[in-house]
Amino acid sequence: MALSEDEIFSKVQESLVDALGVDDDEVAPEATLVGDLGAESIDFLDIVFKLEKAFDISIPREELSPEDILTNSTYVQDGMVTGEGMQELKRRMPWANLSDFEQNPRVQDFGNLLTVGDLCRYVGTKIGD
Amino acid sequence: MRWFWVDRFTEFVSGSHAVGIKNVALDEDAVDEYCAGFPMLPPTLIIEGMAQLGGILVAEHFKFEKRVVLAKVGKAKFHAPARVGDQLSYEARIDGVQDDGATIIGKSHCGQTLQAEIDLMFAFLDEGRFTDGPLFNPGDLASMLRLMNFFHVAVDADGNRLPVYKNL
Repeated sequence: MALSEDEIFSKVQESLVDALGVDDDEVAPEATLVGDLGAESIDFLDIVFKLEKAFDISIPREELSPEDILTNSTYVQDGMVTGEGMQELKRRMPWANLSDFEQNPRVQDFGNLLTVGDLCRYVGTKIGD
Repeated sequence: MRWFWVDRFTEFVSGSHAVGIKNVALDEDAVDEYCAGFPMLPPTLIIEGMAQLGGILVAEHFKFEKRVVLAKVGKAKFHAPARVGDQLSYEARIDGVQDDGATIIGKSHCGQTLQAEIDLMFAFLDEGRFTDGPLFNPGDLASMLRLMNFFHVAVDADGNRLPVYKNL
């Protein structure tokens, strides 16, 4: 499936509007899913369903939610992701912009990390497989 | 009062769809009391009926081994009130399935008329989430399914009758 970045954004936007009941213009590339768009944990499952359908892809749970890394004592110490953990996150989520998080990598902040742009880049990697 | 908002299964194909009927009767408190002078089945209870039909469809897909709960009402459009004497036909079709949840697309018809469109998402509770162990007492779900004629109509994708699963 060859889709332009605009086409990917448009479909992601439609999925998020549908799943979260937000307006089109709220779904900007820099908007965070949790903080700006108000996504709750159960909404992520809904978003996954809608993206899978919109792009005809399969999204394994661990790809968008690296809980195994964030609960692994090798990668987390005192509530902070270690350098090794950051490397693992970057390896697992090359499509995510982790630069801000890396400045102060508190595990509790990870949930509010993902942006619409991250999601678009993730989908781009999936349909480019 | 029993919290059953589907009267009878009329069709059930594992992993695909379920159809059930709901009769709207004036002797039901909810129908009588919801809107004074205009007895009707409250739309929320039509959603509940669709959730029961769809929830069983999803739960059976996993052989009733997952703890299935309604997580989200994705869409609920009502085109007409369900009035006393109406017989609604609910249809739930599996739309998406994941390891931690599933979605169904639901339609309610009164005769040939589309009465409501209801899309639902179900989640599967992890062990220890909210409550431990099964959501039903042993035998309760099997009894409920028998009352609703489930085992009379339920078949797998090849048309074979479904068993009464041991864990019900």
